[in-house]
Amino acid sequence: MSDKPAVVCEGLSCTLPSGVQALRDVSFRLQAGGLTAIIGPSGCGKTTLLRIAAGLARATSGRIQFLRRDGSADPIRAGHLAVCFQDARLLPWRKVVDNVALPLELAGVGRRERVARAEAVIHAAGLDGAQSRLPAQLSGGMRMRVALARALVTDPTVLLLDEPCSSVDEFTRMQLDEEILRVWQDSGATTMLVTHSVSEAVFLADEIVIMRRARVHSIHRVALDRASRDRTSHAFSQEVELVMRSLAVAAGVVVP
Amino acid sequence: MKRLSEKMREIAAPLIAVGVIAVAWEVAVIATGVSPLLLPRPTAIGQTMWMNSEMLLSATVQTAIAALSGFAIATTLGIIGGSVIAAVPVLRRSIYPLATIVQMVPLVAVAPLFVIWLGFGLPTAIAASAVVAVFPVLAATIDGLRSVDHGLREIFALAGASTWTRWRKLDLPASIPAIMTGLRIAAGLSVIGAIVGEFVSGYGGAHAPLGIVVMTAMREARTDLVFGAVALSAIVGFVLFGVVSIVGWLLVNRWHASGQSEMEIRR
Repeated sequence: MSDKPAVVCEGLSCTLPSGVQALRDVSFRLQAGGLTAIIGPSGCGKTTLLRIAAGLARATSGRIQFLRRDGSADPIRAGHLAVCFQDARLLPWRKVVDNVALPLELAGVGRRERVARAEAVIHAAGLDGAQSRLPAQLSGGMRMRVALARALVTDPTVLLLDEPCSSVDEFTRMQLDEEILRVWQDSGATTMLVTHSVSEAVFLADEIVIMRRARVHSIHRVALDRASRDRTSHAFSQEVELVMRSLAVAAGVVVP
Repeated sequence: MKRLSEKMREIAAPLIAVGVIAVAWEVAVIATGVSPLLLPRPTAIGQTMWMNSEMLLSATVQTAIAALSGFAIATTLGIIGGSVIAAVPVLRRSIYPLATIVQMVPLVAVAPLFVIWLGFGLPTAIAASAVVAVFPVLAATIDGLRSVDHGLREIFALAGASTWTRWRKLDLPASIPAIMTGLRIAAGLSVIGAIVGEFVSGYGGAHAPLGIVVMTAMREARTDLVFGAVALSAIVGFVLFGVVSIVGWLLVNRWHASGQSEMEIRR
């Protein structure tokens, strides 16, 4: 497993072509190998932040750096950074195995090796038996698992998840959360999760960055250890309540 | 079984319609006593076709070669040209409107130019066929490429894929449904183009194509032979259209699997 970089945002601002300021002076750090959730109301700039980190959008000012343990810059190459979007974005004419193997194919990996690696990730994602299916033959939850498997097939060091559970029902969301947790623990990738769901953020993240009106409002460190993150426990509910309160303060609904 | 019987009904319906029209035509001609020079009976047309079967078969093959060649050229030029125009904004703004205007020029008026450039014979028929068939392919390719899902393109951008790789693995496959629509239109047009090309290029002899058979039969007032040649040219167009439709269906249909198979795999 390669060394995972920390992701450092410094004074990041972004003005969209429409003139809307999507980010204003955003600074925070994703710990190397950690899982950080970005949470906030719609339009607060969290997806823009993820897109800049992925290299799909440009910051107007400020920068995002990927730093190794010794402080040197990590030149993230294609394949080292993977993104899972809120829609699965699968090629409808390709079987599951060929969709999962796509990043390897584009990196020039030979057919035999890429199929073997894709099969391994598909197995780990609990998609055995679906290798030869087309995306149209899968449920929404399965499609998202295929998208997650595709993101992991290159063994990325940085994983960006843009509301991967937003298009599925609550039951599937909980299953996918377990999957994301397992994936993150297995890969050790530095992970940024953009989400709307407070309970999802508390369940998965080490730190929760709460955004409001294109700025970082506050950063909440989840106090619960991994073993006590049982959604039905009182401690979990209390933690969710704490974050909810920070969110309500950020939204101006509650006075601090 | 149910799906099979539905398919049989789909195929049978137009055949029955053709049969009914032929019987009505036959009866109407006999009842009205109209001259066979104006409107021959379907059975008389069939008889003439049978008696001239060798000549008509050779003519049909000639026209099919011209139409197929024209269609192949139109497909190649349309897909390559459409891809280039879709990729280069300047060309999209300059060449595409020009191509739209050019395709409105009547082929019959332009066809004599091909005779000047290519001489009498098959090349002129092929050129006329290609010219009339290229625009639907070009337009469909541009439309298809321009409507490729932006999200899927981002997947390729993240992997650092080159434009050429993205075209091969994403843009072209994603545009197939649109391109197939263009190809279906082009299939019919390519036969029309070939016949028009044959009209003006006027090559005859042992290898006279259907266009020439029609013109010769008209001059000789053999209306039944005109009808026979027209029917065969329609069959060439129909077969080409049918093959393109089946290929398109095989390529695209499996993307849209039914909800039943989704239920099979859901767990």
